[in-house]
Amino acid sequence: MKLPLYLDYSSTTPVDPRVAKLMCDCLTQEGNFGNPASRSHLYGWQAEEAVETARRQVADLVNADPREIVWTSGATESNNLAIKGIAHFYQKKGKHIITSKIEHKAVLDTARQLEREGFEVTYLDPDTDGLISPAMVKDAMREDTILVSLMHVNNEIGVVTDLAAIGEVTRAAKVFFHVDAAQSPGKVAIDLEAMKVDLMSFSAHKVYGPKGIGALYVRRKPRVRLEAQMHGGGHERGMRSGTLPTHQIVGMGAAFAIAKEEMAEENERILALRQRLWDGVSDMEEVYLNGSIDQRVAGNANISFNYVEGESLLMSLRELAVSSGSACTSASLEPSYVLRALGMNDELAHSSIRFSIGRFTTPEDVDQAIAQVRKAVTKLRELSPLWDMYKDGVDLNSVQWAAH
Amino acid sequence: MAYSEQVIDHYENPRNVGKMDEADAQVGTGMVGAPACGDVMRLQIKVSEEGVIEDAKFKTYGCGSAIASSSLVTEWMKGMTLDEAGEIRNSNISEELALPPVKIHCSVLAEDAIKAAIDDYKSKQ
Repeated sequence: MKLPLYLDYSSTTPVDPRVAKLMCDCLTQEGNFGNPASRSHLYGWQAEEAVETARRQVADLVNADPREIVWTSGATESNNLAIKGIAHFYQKKGKHIITSKIEHKAVLDTARQLEREGFEVTYLDPDTDGLISPAMVKDAMREDTILVSLMHVNNEIGVVTDLAAIGEVTRAAKVFFHVDAAQSPGKVAIDLEAMKVDLMSFSAHKVYGPKGIGALYVRRKPRVRLEAQMHGGGHERGMRSGTLPTHQIVGMGAAFAIAKEEMAEENERILALRQRLWDGVSDMEEVYLNGSIDQRVAGNANISFNYVEGESLLMSLRELAVSSGSACTSASLEPSYVLRALGMNDELAHSSIRFSIGRFTTPEDVDQAIAQVRKAVTKLRELSPLWDMYKDGVDLNSVQWAAH
Repeated sequence: MAYSEQVIDHYENPRNVGKMDEADAQVGTGMVGAPACGDVMRLQIKVSEEGVIEDAKFKTYGCGSAIASSSLVTEWMKGMTLDEAGEIRNSNISEELALPPVKIHCSVLAEDAIKAAIDDYKSKQ
């Protein structure tokens, strides 16, 4: 067993060895090293063929046309290209954008930038399960709304947005719908033929592919146009210039092809592991699962251990690689904005740990995690004045705290 | 993030964890911080007739540095007079524990807890 135990698959995943092998074949002189844009010799043609195969593999997982896939450096760039690209191209139609408070920073900070440029942005509040409903989107629509941008699967709590239903609302209003799907391929079925989504951002490294490569789906019918954010040689039909990194693209394609092949079986196995984890810790007092239990990806368990502070819990869990919703390490002392947007109180948000289970997690890993978590929570509650007060029946909300 | 050896030592073997009777006239209790900010310290001292701190106990909800700061001050305070304890500064604590800048607030909180405990004891006399 390799320590610390990796239970942070929502943060990133190791490259699948099958993928790594194919990538290595695209680097050296003996391999497929050519520039895919070189039209005058075999090296370029071979590289271009590998890139187009990968484009088809990515498109196949999400039931799209390969011509709708634009390579980028990752989901952050895809989000920037989609949101700024739409805003800049269609600003004469309107300057209002709708997104939510629980988006990734790559969307929120892009929206903030557009606000500085004179756009108006509505940030929707999710319900207490972390979900955005079609009605919420509909109610926020205005005459001048040009874009709705929502994530498919939330990175912290793993809840799944109902894209099909929201797509009906946006299409009826002739508003573009962008989806940040960094966390969902291989975890939730995506059918872009059926769903009325206009743009979708993807990342390779969350799906056992390499870091530094992603894609943006840009719908052809009805046509979506974008203002490029990266100018140069006119690659990717002018939407994103820059020499294509063949090895990265081949890696993403292979990773998506494996996901398509194995996702059904893999998700069943991972769901059983998450259930094992939850069963192993949920009989302790004051333990809560954050976010919808039903509308959620298999691998995510975001759990609050009330009256225990997240960072000290992480310190006790040094043999586990997990992440905390507490941000005591940052100067702000603000806990996770996602958990707060669910209406959760600050103590619970400070007490949360995100476990994310993936392809290489075993039942033994989960058992090991359970044992360590139980030991740490018990120890820290012994140390916690809040736990004492809870045990003495004191309502913490009735206490006059001196905020600092 | 990397913790200093001193912080890890106090975190793994916290000194003087516990609770004393708040109603006891000899006991001063200081509770500082707020759950919303991610740390709450409860520091208690038991003071002799001569004004010497005989015993000190703490419980802390917070990060490792907050736990270590409060554990450390309970060790220091035992045997001190109230005046001596009142002179403990957050800089003494942060120096001893080698706290990084983002964790200085933990030592400030510990200093506040000492003052609050002393004030509580004095108000009971």
